[in-house]
Amino acid sequence: MVRIEGQAALLAAVLSVAAATGPAAAYTVYVSNEKGNSITVLDSKTLEVLETIPVGQRPRGIILTNDDKYLLVCASDDDTVQVVDVATREIVGDLPSGPDPELLNLHPSGSPVYVANEDDNLLTVIDLADKKVLAEVEVGVEPEGVGVSPDGKTVIATSETTNMAHFIDTESYEITDNVLVGSRPRFAEFTADGTKLWVTSEVAGTVSVIDAKTRKIIKVINFEVPGVQPEYIQPVGVRITKDGSKAFVALGPANRVAVVNAKTLEVEDYLLVGKRVWQLAFTPDESLLFATNGNSNDVSVIDVPSLKVVKSISVGRAPWGVAVSRQ
Amino acid sequence: MSAPAAATVTVPIGYLEQDVKRPIPLSRLNVAPDDLGVAGASIALKDNNTTGRFTKQEFTLEVERVPIGGDAVAALMKLVESGHHFVLVDAPADVLLRLADAVKDKDVLLFNVSATDVALREEDCRANVLHTAPDRAMLADALAQYLVWKKWPRWLVAKGVFPEDLAYLDAVRRAAKRFGGVIVEEREYKETPGARRSDTGQEQIQQQMPVFTQGAPNYDVLVVADEAEVFGPYLPYRTWDPRPVAGTAGLKAMSWHPAHEQWGATQMQNRFQRFAKRFMLPLDYQAWVAVRAVGESASRTGSGEFAAINAYLRGDKFDLAAFKGQKVTFRPWDGQLRQPILIADSQLPVSMSPQQGFLHERTEVDTLGIDAPESKCKFR
Repeated sequence: MVRIEGQAALLAAVLSVAAATGPAAAYTVYVSNEKGNSITVLDSKTLEVLETIPVGQRPRGIILTNDDKYLLVCASDDDTVQVVDVATREIVGDLPSGPDPELLNLHPSGSPVYVANEDDNLLTVIDLADKKVLAEVEVGVEPEGVGVSPDGKTVIATSETTNMAHFIDTESYEITDNVLVGSRPRFAEFTADGTKLWVTSEVAGTVSVIDAKTRKIIKVINFEVPGVQPEYIQPVGVRITKDGSKAFVALGPANRVAVVNAKTLEVEDYLLVGKRVWQLAFTPDESLLFATNGNSNDVSVIDVPSLKVVKSISVGRAPWGVAVSRQ
Repeated sequence: MSAPAAATVTVPIGYLEQDVKRPIPLSRLNVAPDDLGVAGASIALKDNNTTGRFTKQEFTLEVERVPIGGDAVAALMKLVESGHHFVLVDAPADVLLRLADAVKDKDVLLFNVSATDVALREEDCRANVLHTAPDRAMLADALAQYLVWKKWPRWLVAKGVFPEDLAYLDAVRRAAKRFGGVIVEEREYKETPGARRSDTGQEQIQQQMPVFTQGAPNYDVLVVADEAEVFGPYLPYRTWDPRPVAGTAGLKAMSWHPAHEQWGATQMQNRFQRFAKRFMLPLDYQAWVAVRAVGESASRTGSGEFAAINAYLRGDKFDLAAFKGQKVTFRPWDGQLRQPILIADSQLPVSMSPQQGFLHERTEVDTLGIDAPESKCKFR
């Protein structure tokens, strides 16, 4: 019964997408498979798997370079960041990331890249042009989330056992502020206007919205999913629309993506996705949101305007990170 | 010099270890390391101090090791008099109770990091003790849930003759009743412990264990209650009928396993192994949790004061990320750490309890151990 309804809704949603936007632009979606040691390449228009690229061991955080020519892959168990040429889909180099890289982010200018070394309490800063380490910043225990302010002046590292968002000056590499957030902060994302920083806390089950200027917490967002016990609500990935209207928060083993009004900071909806949803990425036109489901080995595709889950696509084992190219 | 020294608050943590006479384990792989527990507390101290750099808090650890026959109360008083309000205790139940009663009227909080006695959480509970060690009831419940989930509900019990074995068996009986297990027979192993290391005997054991388990009613799993390891580790692969072994040997329930890697545990294992040059064991984890709990409460309250930290630890706001896939907290009714429990063999974790389908009105992890409505604890 549920399944029939789901399929009908899916079909309706797909039709409405097509009707609303005409033929959608085709982007390329990359998904890292933590246990599969591979990257699955998807087409955002056909929602089909194009290819699977074998990479190093335990690929987690991934990001595209600003020119969309290279995909940077944290190969955690190989203690390196691999560089994949997206045209040839081959590994063409690696970055001296330091041990156990987990998540990474780029300066708005395209370089340097900031890498969280989960095992070493460090944030490593690497120049992309000459692949040299510019700095290693000592942060709290088990750094993971890396957020960069849109003006490029501040980089954030969240440390999972210290439970802080560390504000780091990108010129001096000094920590200027430390904001205590809920337990096990996993991900940090600035709003496009740079005024707010969203930090998810997996174990506390909350999201802290921080004023980027005063560095004080404006609000701690709580989630309540009917029928799901509170300890299974574990926020990880978060993405905010460019116009600052909506935020999407992946709730881990609650198997939901929360939709939050990013202006009022009220939760508006919960979308049922696959098992243990962790990371999220929009298409550049923000028509679709891709969500990685680590325990069901698939990716849920969310239609952003209608807030419907329109498809789940099987990928490799334990999908973790996701990035979408502009091409 | 940078910041003035006065700005940093120091939180001293004590660790009292009472040496006890234990039989040598049957397997030489399981000989307890000398720094068992203390190494876990030490790595947690490092974690606390990494955070402390940002919160201007410094944590110290002082270890008092009491020899067999030594005066544990005097050792505790020494720690208390030198300013240690938070003390981890690795000692048998009777020693722990003496210590708790000796500091009853002082600003002291003890963490029971090792004693599994259910009574310490029930009729013998103390207001000034929190327990990071799971008790036998939690361990037996965690294992029973897995066996029932696996559809192996019929258990043949092999029990030893010591009070600890019977205490564990009580927990197994309770778990069977709660989760739908059936004990088809209890069989006592009467041999007293002999020499553990010898260059002969394997042949005899190969003959004895099948005979000991012969002629049992139809059963799914052999559940062993033999905490002192008189015979339990000899049972796997030697039962008369081809059956798995669980309990105090074979498949066991535990707070931590050296090969546990879920929920960020890999980082903990790596950090610990680099530091201690050995694998992290359950007692190390239980000590890690206690020291981290103090650190977490100190950083959340921005205080080094006993009253503030003690109140936060026991309050609704406290939670700790402890590599178990959900927060760990203390149960207000008996001071027990609420935590998922690993089910594992010697090599790898098999599962984590609570198991799916064992429901609880508030939180599924409270299906493990003594729940609020049945608690006999009246804090004093």
